[in-house]
Amino acid sequence: MDVPVLAISGLRKSYRGQEALAGIDLEVGAGELVGLLGPNGAGKSTLTKIACGLVRPSAGRAEVLGRPAGSPPARAVLGYLAELFRFPGWCSADELLRLHQRLAGSSGGAAERAELLELVGLGDVAGKRVEAMSKGMQQRLGIAQSLVGSPRLLLLDEPTSALDPVGRRIVRGLLEEVRGRGVAVLLNSHLLSEVELVCDRVAIIARGRLIKAGRPEELAGPGGVEVETGSGVRVFEGAAREDAPRIVGELVAAGERVYRVEVRHSSLEEVYLEAVGGQTG
Amino acid sequence: MTPSPLRSAITVIGLSIQEGIRRRVFLAVLVLTLGFLALYALGAHFAFQGAREFAGGEEKILDPKAFTGATIFGLAMFATLFLGAVLAVFLTLGAVRGDAETGLLQPLVVRPIGRTTMLLARFSGAALLSAAYVVLVYFAAWGITRATGQWSPDHLFGPALALALGVAIVAALSLLASTLFSVTAQGIVVFMVFGAGLTAGLLAQIGHAIHSDSLHEIGRVASWALPFEGLYAAGLHALISNTSGLTGVVLQLGPFGGSEAAGPGLIAWAFAYMLGVLAIAALAFSRRDL
Repeated sequence: MDVPVLAISGLRKSYRGQEALAGIDLEVGAGELVGLLGPNGAGKSTLTKIACGLVRPSAGRAEVLGRPAGSPPARAVLGYLAELFRFPGWCSADELLRLHQRLAGSSGGAAERAELLELVGLGDVAGKRVEAMSKGMQQRLGIAQSLVGSPRLLLLDEPTSALDPVGRRIVRGLLEEVRGRGVAVLLNSHLLSEVELVCDRVAIIARGRLIKAGRPEELAGPGGVEVETGSGVRVFEGAAREDAPRIVGELVAAGERVYRVEVRHSSLEEVYLEAVGGQTG
Repeated sequence: MTPSPLRSAITVIGLSIQEGIRRRVFLAVLVLTLGFLALYALGAHFAFQGAREFAGGEEKILDPKAFTGATIFGLAMFATLFLGAVLAVFLTLGAVRGDAETGLLQPLVVRPIGRTTMLLARFSGAALLSAAYVVLVYFAAWGITRATGQWSPDHLFGPALALALGVAIVAALSLLASTLFSVTAQGIVVFMVFGAGLTAGLLAQIGHAIHSDSLHEIGRVASWALPFEGLYAAGLHALISNTSGLTGVVLQLGPFGGSEAAGPGLIAWAFAYMLGVLAIAALAFSRRDL
C-alpha cells in the first residue's frame, strides 16, 4: 500500500492548558484534494501548522511521506501558504520566487518562476514590488510561492480569503491542475461552495475534534423530492431519488397533473451547520 | 534537492544585505557616519589646536598631544561602539517573534532551512555588517586623529577587534531578545542592557579613580556579565597602555581611559559568552510555536 503523503493520528495540541486539537486522525493521499472545514478556532490552522513544522504537537503523530512533520526531509517536499503571511515589500514577485527557489533547493530557474507566475495570473507583473500589489495579488503570489520546487504536499490555509470571484476561479483551476500532477492538497477554507466544487474529500472539525469526513456527495444526504403539480409545489421531506417514480405514480393516480420533479440533496452548508451545531469562533 | 545549510545561510544573509540596500538603510548609515566623521574632524582639529596653546609651561609634566589624542579618540571609540550597537540591534530587530507576528517568518521557516541555521544566518549577517562598520569607522577616526594631531594610539588593531567583538555580542543579545519579546520590547530591553553595561564600566572607572575596591569590584563583575563593555574598556586601555607618567595616570582616570587591560581570559570569555547566548537563542527559537 502507498504511504499517505500526509498521515495524522491521535494528534493533540494544547496552548497553556487550552486544548486546540483533541486527537485528530486524517490522511491525505497523492493526488487527493482534501478540504478542512470548521468554525474559527476549531483547530484547522493548528493542524496545518503542525503538518508543516511551525507548531509542535502535544501528543500524537504527524508524518509527511513517512517522515516526521517538521523534519528537514518532510519540509523539503511541502509547499505552504499561511492564513496570515507577509512577504518583504521591497521584493519583486520574481525576486521572491527566486529566494524561495534557493531555500527550497529548486533547480527550476527562470522557467519555473515564469510558469508559476503565469499559473496564478501574475505573468505580466513579475517585476512589480510586493508592496505595490493588491492583497489579492499578494495572495496569488503566495500560492505561486507555495508551489516552488514542485512540492508533493500543498498546505493552503484560507488561500482565497482576499480574492475576488475571478481570482477564486483561477485558484480553483490551479488546484485541479496540481491535483492532476499527483500533488496532495490540504485546503483550509471557510468557503463551503468552493470546497464542495474542488475537494475529493471533506473533513469537518470543531473544538479540536474530527466531526465528519467523507466525499462531499456522501456527506450531502437526501433532502427530499419536490414536485410541481397543477395544485402547486409539494415537497416530500426525507424522500430519496428511488422514491421519485412511486411519488409521481401516486400523484397521477390521485388525478394530479405533474409538471416538474426535482430530487433535492442537502447542501454541504447544511451538513456543515448540522455538524458544528451552529458554532462559530 | 535539499540545499546545504551553508547555502541556505548565505541566502538568508544575502536577503538581509539586499534589504538593507533596497530600503536605503546602508545609504542612511553612510550619510550619517560621514556627518559624524566630519564633526569629529572639526572637533579634533580644534582640540589639538587648543592643546598646543595650553601646552605652554605644563608640557613637561603632561603630554598635551597624547592627552588630547587619547581623550578625543576614546570619545570616537565610544561613539563608534554606540553606532555599531544601534546597527546591530536594528539589523536583528524583530528577527524571530516580531517577524513571526507579522507573518514574514513562516514562509521562510517551512523551507528545509533549519531554525538554527536561520538564526545563525541572521546573526552572521548582523554581526559581520556591524563589526565591519565599527572597524571602518574606527580606522577613519584614527586617520582623522593622526592627520589633525599627529597622534596614534599605543595599540591600533586590538581596540578595533575589541569593538568588533563587542558589537557582535550586542547582535547575539539582540537576537536572543527577539526570541522572547515583540519588536518594541526587544529594542527597549537591548538598549537598556547596553546602557547598563556602559554604566557598569563607568562605575568600575570611578571605583578605580577613588580607590573604592567595592565599587571597582561591582563594576568589574557587571562588565564581565556584559562583556561588550569589558571589551570596550579593554580597548580604551590599549590606546594608552604604553603611555607613562602623569599623562598615563590622568588618562586612565578619565571617562575614556579604560583602567582594565584585556587578558586572554576576557577574549575567551567573550567568545564563550556569545556562543552561549546564541545557543540559548537557538533553543528558544526551536521550541517556539509559530
